[in-house]
Parts: sequence; structure tokens; C-alpha cells
Amino acid sequence: MSEQGLAVTLGQRTPIPLDAALDCAPGELLALVGPSGSGKTTLLRSIAGLYRPTAGHIRCNQHTWFDAARGFSLPPQRRRVGVVFQDYALFPHLTALQNLVAAMGHRPRAERKQRAAALLAQVHLEGLEARFPAELSGGQRQRVALARALARDPEVLLMDEPFSAVDQVTRRKLQRELALLRSDLSIPLVLVTHDLDEAVRLADRITVLHRGATLQTAPPDELMLHPAATDVARLVGHQNLFRGRVLASNAASGRLWLEWQGQTLETGYNPAFPPGSDVSWLAPASHVLLHRRGRPSLGERENPVDGVVRELVVLGEQTSVTLALSGGELLNFTVGTHAARRNGLAPGVDARVSLLADGIHLMAPEPDAQPPMR
Amino acid sequence: MDWEALEVSLWLAFWTCVVLTPVGIIVARQLAWRRFRGRGFVEALVALPLVLPPTVLGFYLLVSFGSDWPIGQFWQWLTGGSLVFTFEGILIASIIFNLPFAVQPLQRAFEAIPHEVREAAWCSGLSTWQTFWRVELPLAWPGLISAVALTFAHTLGEFGVVLMVGGSISGETKTIAIAIYDRVQAFDEAAAGNMSVLLLLISFITIGIVYGLAGRRRGVRV
Repeated sequence: MSEQGLAVTLGQRTPIPLDAALDCAPGELLALVGPSGSGKTTLLRSIAGLYRPTAGHIRCNQHTWFDAARGFSLPPQRRRVGVVFQDYALFPHLTALQNLVAAMGHRPRAERKQRAAALLAQVHLEGLEARFPAELSGGQRQRVALARALARDPEVLLMDEPFSAVDQVTRRKLQRELALLRSDLSIPLVLVTHDLDEAVRLADRITVLHRGATLQTAPPDELMLHPAATDVARLVGHQNLFRGRVLASNAASGRLWLEWQGQTLETGYNPAFPPGSDVSWLAPASHVLLHRRGRPSLGERENPVDGVVRELVVLGEQTSVTLALSGGELLNFTVGTHAARRNGLAPGVDARVSLLADGIHLMAPEPDAQPPMR
Repeated sequence: MDWEALEVSLWLAFWTCVVLTPVGIIVARQLAWRRFRGRGFVEALVALPLVLPPTVLGFYLLVSFGSDWPIGQFWQWLTGGSLVFTFEGILIASIIFNLPFAVQPLQRAFEAIPHEVREAAWCSGLSTWQTFWRVELPLAWPGLISAVALTFAHTLGEFGVVLMVGGSISGETKTIAIAIYDRVQAFDEAAAGNMSVLLLLISFITIGIVYGLAGRRRGVRV
């Protein structure tokens, strides 16, 4: 961890279990994702100084904000954090401009209004300075909340589900604006969201939280394709999790062979799993390729798997397919709806897919033999 | 028309409001936001004057203001005088029996302020004190106005407690409500009628002014 940016280590048993470690560099956007109740908001509130866990420390730009061992905790007023609350928490009795000015106590009085107006312009709210929050739309309120958080000239910007209270069209627009605004900000940005797609779109790195524990932090692609463990894989929405055994591997050719349901699958070499070891493995839906009916296609020889279509759900341009494999396990993947039609996919129909070798990801086996999550 | 009694009543109402407003704000904020042991007990204690017959409350206050009891002794030590049958005595009694009228509207008003709004103020760099003046108090404004209006009007009209604790000493503890009763007892209906009309007008105008104030703030903002 470099000296600049935010470094957080927190732990406690009760009342809310926490076992979290994260860092965020200046200019980096770190997304905290996890199901509701996973401790995302508690973690964010701890950084802001609104919650005090029993153990851990928080440092920002070489300053200690919180150190449980020394019983030291800066109050929120002295942490220089900008916080965008989930329901914005604007001051309802103040205009948009006054909301920003209220957060500028650290600046000389003479320049506050001008700076506030400039910030409102930056979030595209020119002309609405004199409006009260009740007279603004949801999207406009969210922009005021963001501008107010920046009005503090913060050392860290914290956002708690900032897009959850607006409709989807507005959400996309606001997400785009945040992505654009980011280039002007050279402070750590921490975004709490339960929406994995949002995290993937906006974040440089994602931290997955579950029951207060940070399970893995990684860039979006790596997290999605190479989850550190099966629980992370499930939390990021993977369904195709199976158990198998390594048959053989060859470092020279970079190949590894996996035995699964009496079948041999080929994948990339992984020194962590020598022959004979039990593994959990993942076939991301993005790496399951449907074979064209009656016509051999590219990659057909790569880990072919046969099954019967169990379920077919058309979701607009994409169709979600569940295949019941001969061993009884279920495999999920998505195909273009037109491709599903052209191939005559329907419940009860036989189908063959390939599990692309570079997609197959090996993980340590789960301690107790849970069946794959459905 | 007993102008002296009117003056006593107005001063009593004024000082009750002056003392009770900060006390009410402190108690109401604690009850609204703090979760502490015995909170229900404190709430019940504050609400007690609502259900207790004024004569009962007056009796207990009269006894405890006496020189045999700590309150009376403390006052004696502090000022050298007695609380019974004095303006200070009825002022303290008035503050106590008006507690629910001041605390309850304020408590509701503070409870209605979302916790995140106060947290947002702290994260915006506002100290606890600044948050109180610039965020909490403006948002609790209608509750504050209600508290003051109720306390003022209720003090003007209170009879039983004031009579028990203060007796009916002209220019000291004889309020207009007691004066009206006196006049009726003396079959002076004209004077009683005049004073009643005046009390009615004062009460109505007071309430009108404060609700007008509260309404104007309430209208646009929240």
C-alpha cells in the first residue's frame, strides 16, 4: 500500500461482524459489492466516522483517521470525507446552492457562493441554484448530493448506493456523468452498490463482501473470470460450479486434464492443482458455446458436453438456457435469441455445447460438499 | 377589569416560555434520538401532568415547596425566601405542568428529522452546535412554534395548580383565571365577562400569530 490514498482494516465480532481490509489509491474507483446485510454500508460509515468498530485502523493520505488500538477516532467533521447518501440526505430547508455552501465552512466566506455555483454547473444544474430539494427531480437531487459531497473538497469520496433511487434511464445517465467526472478527481472514490453490473461498468477494482468479510478485491474482468473461491463465484452470479479431480497436467504444453462425471475436460495448466487433487471448477456462462445443429462449428472438439434443454427463458435479445447434463447436473448459459430459434432450442430437445478450455477456472474444493448453487 | 391579574398572567406565560423552550428542546432531543435505559419512564414522567388532576399536582408541588422538603430547602438556601405563595413558586409549578405541552411537539418534530440528514451535516463539516442551529432547529421549527403556543396559552388558562401553589395574592400570584373565578364568586358577572373576553382574544391572537408563523415556514420548504 502506498502512503497516498485510503487504507482500511477493520474487524469486530458483534453487533455487526466485520473482517475487512481494503485500500483505494488516489483517482481509483473501488466498488464494494455484496448482498444486502453484507456490511457494505457499515464499512462505508466506518470510513466516514459515523460508525466505530471495535478493532482496526483507517489511514488516509498519511493521516490516521481511526486507530482502535489507541482508542483514537477523528469525528466525521475532521475527516474531510464527501459522502453521497443513499437517499441523498439533502438539507430540505436549504436551496441547492445553500446545501453546497453549508459544506464549505473550510473556505473563506467570500468565495463560497461562487465555488458552489461552479460545482452545480459541473453537475449540469445551472439555473436550479435557488430550488429547494422538494422542487427537484430524483436525478437532480442526486446531482446536488454529489456536488455537496465535492463542495467539502474531500480527501475521499464515499457513495452509498447513489443510483438506487432513480429510474433506469436516469441511472444510466448519472453513471455516465460519474464516469466523466472521475477524470477531474484525484482522490480515492469508494462506491457501495448491490448492482454487480454497475460495479463492473464503473469500477477500477471491485471488493466482494459477504457477512462483513472482504473476500476478494480484483479488477472487474479478473473477478468475473477468476474468482478466488466458490463463494465469490456465487456472489458474482456464477451458476456453473462443479466438482472434479485433476487427472494429469503438463507444464510444458500448458495443459491440464480434469475428470468430471466420467468425462475428461481439458483446460489451462495450473501449478496449484497437481494430479489427483480435488477441485471445484467454474465454467463461466460467457465461455459456454452452443454447437450448431447438424453443422460442425469452430471449437466443436473443445470439451463437448451433451444434455437436454430443461428450461428456456427469452429475455429480449438474449435467451437464458438451462441444460440438464447426462450426469444430472445443470449447466446455464446464454445465447442470442435468434440463435436459439435458428437451432430449434426448446425444452426437451437434445443439445451439445463446448466448455471453452480458457474459460474453465479451477478453485480449491469447498470444505463441505455443497451441491452447486441453483 | 383586574389589570394586575392580567399582568401577572402575561409575565407568568412569558417566563414559562423563556425557561421551558430550551429545557423542552434538550429533553425532546434526548427522547427523540437517544436510546437509554429508563427512557419510557422519563417519557411517562413528562406526560404525567396531562393526566394528573391539577389539584393533585398542585398539592404535591405545594408540599415539596415547603421548608421540610429538599426543593423548598434548596430555594431557601439560594434566595433566603420561600417558594410557596410567590411568583417564583407559580413559575416553577407552571414550568412543570407545561412540560408535556412543550416536550411532546418538539419530540415529534425532532423525530421527524431523518438521521441521515444530521449525519450529512456532520460529514459536511458542521459541528454538533452548527448542526443544531442550521439544520435541526430550522427543521423542527413548526414543532417549536407549537410548543411555545401551547405553553403560552395553557399557562394563561391554568387555574388549579396556580391556586394551590400560589394562593391568590394580588400582584404576586393572582392570575387572570383566578381573578375571573373571584369575580364570579362575588356575583360581578360584568367584570368576569370582560376578563373572559380579553383572555379569549389574547389566546386566539397568540395562537393565530404563532400558527401563522409556523405555516409560513412549513409551506414552501419541507
